[in-house]
Amino acid sequence: MTGNTLLSVEDVTVNLPTPRGNLRAVDHVDLTVGAGRTLGVVGESGCGKTMLSRAILQLLPKKAKLSGRVMFDGQDLLRLSPEKLRKLRGRSLAVVFQDPMTSLNPVLTIGTQLIETLQEHLELDDAAATRRSVELLAAVGIPAPEQRLAQYPHQLSGGMRQRVAIAIALSCEPKLLIADEPTTALDVTIQAQILDLLAREQRRRHMAMIIITHDLGVVAGRTDEVAVMYAGRVVERAPTPDLFKKMRMPYTEALLAALPRLDAAPHTPLPAISGRPPDPTRPLRGCSFAPRCRYAVARCQAEKPALEAAETSAHQFACFHPIEAHAGADV
Amino acid sequence: MATLELDVAEEAVSQPVRKGRRLGLLFWAAIGWMTFVFAVAVFAPVLPLPSPTDMDMLERRAPISAEHWLGTDGLGRDELSRLVHGARISLVVGLCAPIIGLTLGGALGMLAGYFRGRFESTVVGSMDVLLAFPPLILALAVTAYLGQSIFNLTCILGVLGVPAFMRVARAATLTLARREFVIAAQALGATHARILLRELLPNVILPLFAFFLLGVAVTIVVEGSLSFLGLGVPPPISSWGSMIGEGRESLDVAPRLAFMPAAAMFLTVLAFNLVGDTLRALTDPRQGAL
Repeated sequence: MTGNTLLSVEDVTVNLPTPRGNLRAVDHVDLTVGAGRTLGVVGESGCGKTMLSRAILQLLPKKAKLSGRVMFDGQDLLRLSPEKLRKLRGRSLAVVFQDPMTSLNPVLTIGTQLIETLQEHLELDDAAATRRSVELLAAVGIPAPEQRLAQYPHQLSGGMRQRVAIAIALSCEPKLLIADEPTTALDVTIQAQILDLLAREQRRRHMAMIIITHDLGVVAGRTDEVAVMYAGRVVERAPTPDLFKKMRMPYTEALLAALPRLDAAPHTPLPAISGRPPDPTRPLRGCSFAPRCRYAVARCQAEKPALEAAETSAHQFACFHPIEAHAGADV
Repeated sequence: MATLELDVAEEAVSQPVRKGRRLGLLFWAAIGWMTFVFAVAVFAPVLPLPSPTDMDMLERRAPISAEHWLGTDGLGRDELSRLVHGARISLVVGLCAPIIGLTLGGALGMLAGYFRGRFESTVVGSMDVLLAFPPLILALAVTAYLGQSIFNLTCILGVLGVPAFMRVARAATLTLARREFVIAAQALGATHARILLRELLPNVILPLFAFFLLGVAVTIVVEGSLSFLGLGVPPPISSWGSMIGEGRESLDVAPRLAFMPAAAMFLTVLAFNLVGDTLRALTDPRQGAL
């Protein structure tokens, strides 16, 4: 844990009014990211990962209500004027989205999109911006970058498009890059390339990164710290090696068990997590994972466990019956 | 893995980016006709044509001759000259009115679709009122108070086109504004003006332009109808619509007087539609993607 804190999310709650009632997408989340560090946020679809990233960027839907504090580089993003916030985005905060098919403008060339982003934030003339764009495209591993500038997004493959999206995000040397499921829409071989690219550029530019994903395999070995989210809450948070070595939260265990393993015999069925996440418009009184948890007892239904420290203060989890305590008692 | 991708990519780059598509004879015929009509309309005053308004009562409804290539109308005016001068009116009104609609309607629709909220309700509401208002009554009222002139006619037809353009622009903006590239632009610190002009407009302009060419075709016909009803350009200026109207009186003796301007209008409208469709298909870089 070296370096000072770049981003700290304090007690952030996001409420979305829906026709079926109030939807609590993010529920009292606390997170910190140090400068140059990588945080993985893992969770299944609908657990609030994307809403959390939008909350950090202040890009929530208009109707959403946000409370808490988002401190970035010493400034409270929630209290920043729209103009200051706009300058901060892109310049210090950047984002890469899940689907490179839709995150690039379909009717503008790659060059236009890159050059305009550059000129929006940095005072560059056309020639300098073009030169810089070519450098950026080359840096993200795009062959023949000069020709690519004149091409439209639909003329590139999915992997190439994601590289372009990364080049645009990196264009103004942000201090924090939020990668929201950057590899979900890509096939497996390209996924590794994109993740390696992100890691390489992160080291080179010494920027902090938040990788949001549903795939524990993506965060393993590529992040310093992992936060596991379930139903809008962070249920376990630990330095990456600790999390994989001695996870405490049954949900993390279940997620990891659901990953296909190379050493398993062929046709081994994957242990899926039974049931479905709770309806976010009708919050449960107790632990939100209790209905699907095989260790759940009466107390889990009645009370919400708080996020508490395990052996080290870096490893936190929210469970009354963490896994190690079960090892002897239950099985 | 990386090398494999490199090879594939180089191959793709070496191919021409824009493949020439066969445009077909019909497209070129349409372009030819449009060019011809435009040229004739622009150069009408310098062409060696008789005056379109000089009457010759001794030669009423004269047949085709060396002096009058397409004969004369019911008042002995040269039919060819009137057709050529009519083209000027039809094109000026047919192009200017949709430009008014495109500019006003497009801007309103994009703002409404992007900002939503009360502004959108106001815009959509007032457009619904305008749509519900009988267009012919509006045209009558305006020409009664402000007089018949090409300028007034263009303005009426332009304003009448605004709701349709607004709806096309708003519908396109609504779907586009939810796309990730708009959020990505916001995340990169783009202003509202930049998102509207640089991110959304290039997308919205494609359906709008296709609609514009359709609008030109429709406006030419509507201008014809209004002139036919006597609400269009004031006589003795000729327009295709008023020529059809005048030709109607002698439909039994000289049907060509109504059919020739009708044919000119038909061909021009058809040409606009053909060219519009082809151009849209050619310039749309989204071709199947998305």
